Amino acid sequence: MNAKLETDAHRTSLRPVTALFRRELAIGRRIGGGASFGILFFLSLVVLIPFAIGPDLALLSRIAPAILWIAALLASLLGLDRLFQADQEDGSLDLLRTSRMPLELIILVKCAAHWLLSGLPLVVAAPVFGLMLALPGSQIAPLVFSLLVGTPALTFIGAIGAALTVSLRRGGLLLSILILPLCIPVLIFGVAAAANDPMVGFKTPFLILCGLSLIAFVGAPIAAAAALRQSLD
Amino acid sequence: MPNFANPTTFLTWTSRLLPWLIALTSVLFGLGLYLSWFIAPPDYQQGETVRIMYLHVPAAWLSMFIYFTMASAALGTLVWRHPLADAAQKAAAPLGAGFTFLCLVTGSLWGKPMWGTWWVWDARLTSVLVLFLIYLGLVALWQTIEDSGKAARAAAILTLVGAVNIPIIKFSVDWWNTLHQPASVFRLGGPAIASSMLWPLIIMALAFTSLFMTLHLGAIRNEILRRRLHRLAMLAASGAAATYPAAKAEAVS
Repeated sequence: MNAKLETDAHRTSLRPVTALFRRELAIGRRIGGGASFGILFFLSLVVLIPFAIGPDLALLSRIAPAILWIAALLASLLGLDRLFQADQEDGSLDLLRTSRMPLELIILVKCAAHWLLSGLPLVVAAPVFGLMLALPGSQIAPLVFSLLVGTPALTFIGAIGAALTVSLRRGGLLLSILILPLCIPVLIFGVAAAANDPMVGFKTPFLILCGLSLIAFVGAPIAAAAALRQSLD
Repeated sequence: MPNFANPTTFLTWTSRLLPWLIALTSVLFGLGLYLSWFIAPPDYQQGETVRIMYLHVPAAWLSMFIYFTMASAALGTLVWRHPLADAAQKAAAPLGAGFTFLCLVTGSLWGKPMWGTWWVWDARLTSVLVLFLIYLGLVALWQTIEDSGKAARAAAILTLVGAVNIPIIKFSVDWWNTLHQPASVFRLGGPAIASSMLWPLIIMALAFTSLFMTLHLGAIRNEILRRRLHRLAMLAASGAAATYPAAKAEAVS
């Protein structure tokens, strides 16, 4: 009896979270064209690079991890300016704030849904694009794992910028200016892990990348919630 | 003990303090520049170009010190919501960008004769460049948000996020640089500095700090006065100032 009550209480407390998560996924799929836009942008960036530096496969294969990481960084910035803005415009953000769910948790759920629709597809598509850039086979797994761990950090850091620029009409450009310097550590360790350099290895930069992601996971929702509160007051 | 947090008291006291600060800055700069240009010996390796150090190193110190000042003011904004802290934050951001830019330019001018190139992706240079970008981002944020209270709180959050991130960025750039470090690059600050060079450097650092304090206090005063003008203009536009002299008096105080 007691156990049943406890599980019931547990279920009720999680229900708003799953409801919000499902709502975010549904909206994201409907308006943004889902994952396809992000991947298309990612592909366009990857296609541009050989035109700029020439079709030299040896050179391309050497800088492929860097190209893919830069492309992922730019692609993950794409929809971020609408992360809170759409909800602020139609008033649903105010409704969410009146709920008993802490704003930090709301942001966490929104970021998770955003990453699932924009970050994860990039991770899945990365090996194929890697082959186009002549990425050696031994580097494909490090690349995928570094992107899998690193792109959530980009989304979380981006959420701070999205919250700061929520009430600005053309916040997208400012968001990029504010966020890109903060993304440098993730880029450094992401590329280092993906490059899988024989001198450095995979493990050290990968573990530091995990640490950066965890810091962003904890810190960014707090900062983003503070930024949202001040701009909506 | 006067209440310095009151903007009016602040204006009165700084108007008395500023002439002294300006005089102190001038004396320190006069002494510091004389010492560093005429008294300090040329370096046995670098020759006369070492004199750039007396501008470059204080600017680098200031670029960090100003961020620290700005982060303290950001705490004042978020915790006490104090308008003076808002003004201090807003005044510090362009000054920080300016000193950081000075540090980068003097470093580049120094690097050309020493390293044979205007720019190397050295760990320190790169970290300072990122700091410069963060300052510019803050200035952009201040310029974009119209409501000054909201702008102050948004900038405060970004400043504190930056304060947490700067050590992380510094660490990762150092790590990245040791990964890519070409062996030939000349390293700064290797041997201990001789006292004949240390004294001019210390006086120049004091001069720079005094210059920053002068400019910062002046900019805070300007910001307070600008807000009062804005409020008076708003009152005049709404016709309240003419109808209610009390409202005007309140806006001024």
